[in-house]
Amino acid sequence: MRLGRALTAQNAKSMSNASSTRIDRRFKDLAVEGRAALVAFVMAGDPDLAASLDILKALPKAGADVIEVGMPFTDPMADGPAIQAAGLRALAAGTTLAKTLKLVADFRREDQTTPIVLMGYYNPIYVYGVPAFLDAAKESGVDGLIVVDLPPEEDSELCLPALAAGLNFIRLATPTTDDARLPAVLTNTSGFVYYVSITGTTGAATPDFSATARAVERIKRHTGLPVAVGFGVKTAADAAAIAAHADGVVVGSAIVDVLRGSLDAEGRATRDTTPAVARLVADLAEGVRTAARAPA
Amino acid sequence: MSQAFVAQNLNSYRTGPDDRGHFGVFGGRFVAETLMPLILDLERHYEAARIDPAFKAELDNLLTHYVGRPSPLYFAERMTEFFRSKAADSGAPGGAKIYFKREDLNHTGAHKINNVLGQILLARRMGKTRIIAETGAGQHGVATATACARFGLDCVVYMGSVDVERQKPNVFRMKLLGAKVVPVESGARTLKDAMNEALRDWVTNVADTFYCIGTAAGPHPYPAMVRDFQCIIGDETRRQMQEAEGRLPDSLFACIGGGSNAIGLFHPFLDDPSIEIYGVEAAGFGLHDKHAASLAGGRPGVLHGNRTYLLMNADGQIEEGHSISAGLDYPGIGPEHSWLKESGRVTYLSATDAEALAAFEQCSKLEGIIPALEPAHALAKVGEIAPQKPRDHLMVVNISGRGDKDIFTVADHLGGM
Repeated sequence: MRLGRALTAQNAKSMSNASSTRIDRRFKDLAVEGRAALVAFVMAGDPDLAASLDILKALPKAGADVIEVGMPFTDPMADGPAIQAAGLRALAAGTTLAKTLKLVADFRREDQTTPIVLMGYYNPIYVYGVPAFLDAAKESGVDGLIVVDLPPEEDSELCLPALAAGLNFIRLATPTTDDARLPAVLTNTSGFVYYVSITGTTGAATPDFSATARAVERIKRHTGLPVAVGFGVKTAADAAAIAAHADGVVVGSAIVDVLRGSLDAEGRATRDTTPAVARLVADLAEGVRTAARAPA
Repeated sequence: MSQAFVAQNLNSYRTGPDDRGHFGVFGGRFVAETLMPLILDLERHYEAARIDPAFKAELDNLLTHYVGRPSPLYFAERMTEFFRSKAADSGAPGGAKIYFKREDLNHTGAHKINNVLGQILLARRMGKTRIIAETGAGQHGVATATACARFGLDCVVYMGSVDVERQKPNVFRMKLLGAKVVPVESGARTLKDAMNEALRDWVTNVADTFYCIGTAAGPHPYPAMVRDFQCIIGDETRRQMQEAEGRLPDSLFACIGGGSNAIGLFHPFLDDPSIEIYGVEAAGFGLHDKHAASLAGGRPGVLHGNRTYLLMNADGQIEEGHSISAGLDYPGIGPEHSWLKESGRVTYLSATDAEALAAFEQCSKLEGIIPALEPAHALAKVGEIAPQKPRDHLMVVNISGRGDKDIFTVADHLGGM
């Protein structure tokens, strides 16, 4: 925060542009390949840290191009029931922000290319301390951050220091973000733009695909960054429909729901937990890969 | 977090927040992007309304004829005498002259209606047709349901399922007034979870819905707006004390959960340096046990749209508060109180469940006024400090609500009533 105040948006941006991140490289490669990215969300420590690491390792093999790792929080005000419950399972298993960072470090030892984005809420980061958190995130191999409750109005808190540290800061744009506001939202955004396809919480209603396509087009008029779409994407068919118009498809609640369905009566991981998640992700990846891309 | 916005450099304690909604480092707008345009829109409408004489006239008319304002400033004669005799017993000739600001006499039985009417008139100006609210004890829910009935607006109140169970009479009142009460099953199923769920509703229903927050917390502009609507408490008290005693009071007392009744009483007096101001938090079973005293036992953090003192663990996970009073049972506090604590202008104390219960009984028997358990916390500290003050010391305590809603809780604790 204090670091952020000393920076201008301009020099923070130029500092982050100095080196491209795994996220930048992954989207560039996929653009060459001519398809959208599958961005898979899992909650760190759900249902426990060992199972979580096993799942993370399986995701790239199953076809996930970017992994979002949820940082559990007691009060996730933008999340629906599935991700709320995942966060509570993770906390009950003793997950903390420090352990989430270690989880990423453990994953990174064997995978140097799959981008990892941490997603969550500001309070655990604020309490950890912004400079210490950014150091640890870099050290662990984190590539980007999505912090739901930090709008551009609070950029000096974490966004500018994160950019200066060479991390991507990925911002959410929503149906309520109009053309007048979009430039403010996009100014310090890097890596990609996460378009929230509905007004609502994660895992809610399935979006209107044609409205989503128009929204992606609208955002692309304001930025050269890739645009990924999430909230309410549940099936391979949903993923394919979105992949036709967007640079990325984010799936979270559907994955978390399948994970929950694989747990035993006490909420513990079973032999089927990782395979069940991998099966869904492979299915979604297939959807993304078969999507007919709209002409650019 | 060292605080450099030092008191001696301030010309006034009443100029906050800044245009980004900050009181020093506290406050702000920590919300999801979906809500950001709504909050900016609300701020624009509120700024226009607050300087519009027609808005003020409509609100004043309702406050007079619907709420029954001004609420009396009442000289608590027997309580005053009681503490004077206590002072005399200990060999001191003192004992402050105690006045009650009677917010308990408002329509719906608490100060909450002052804020709700302001917000509902604003919602009407904005063309919103659906009102949502969170409630803990149910007082804000009842006030919101009341105002919605008065104006024919749809009303949905989120209430933790634990609170639904322990505040049944208020649940029934809300339903009687035509509101839909939604029991919240997520998280710890109390007030903070009700607020999360109301925010989730607002994110989902952005076009027609107005979120009527019940205390001086949340993202900017709520803390300032709710404070402004509650400042009628302090404004009236200034005038009434002048009429009664020909001068201003010497000390003010109010209980603090989120802190709206307190900021409403305190704010008009912040720039009168001779006036001592005391906010009383809920110490529950004690500050080393389960409690709801965010300032005494918490640290700065970010929740529900603002930076403020919070009860949380070392990992930044929010912890449940505990208080016998459901209205004080919140793990945070309005950001302006966090700033007033760090600037040193207001002294924050705390009272335990047991102290509040004793004060509740004492006030009922001495004055024939059954206070809510919330202001009973303030009364508990009045009982400690009043005997130490001279006889010409004028003390005001905000009786922010009446105790009818609490009689079953109190009966459970005291037994056999």
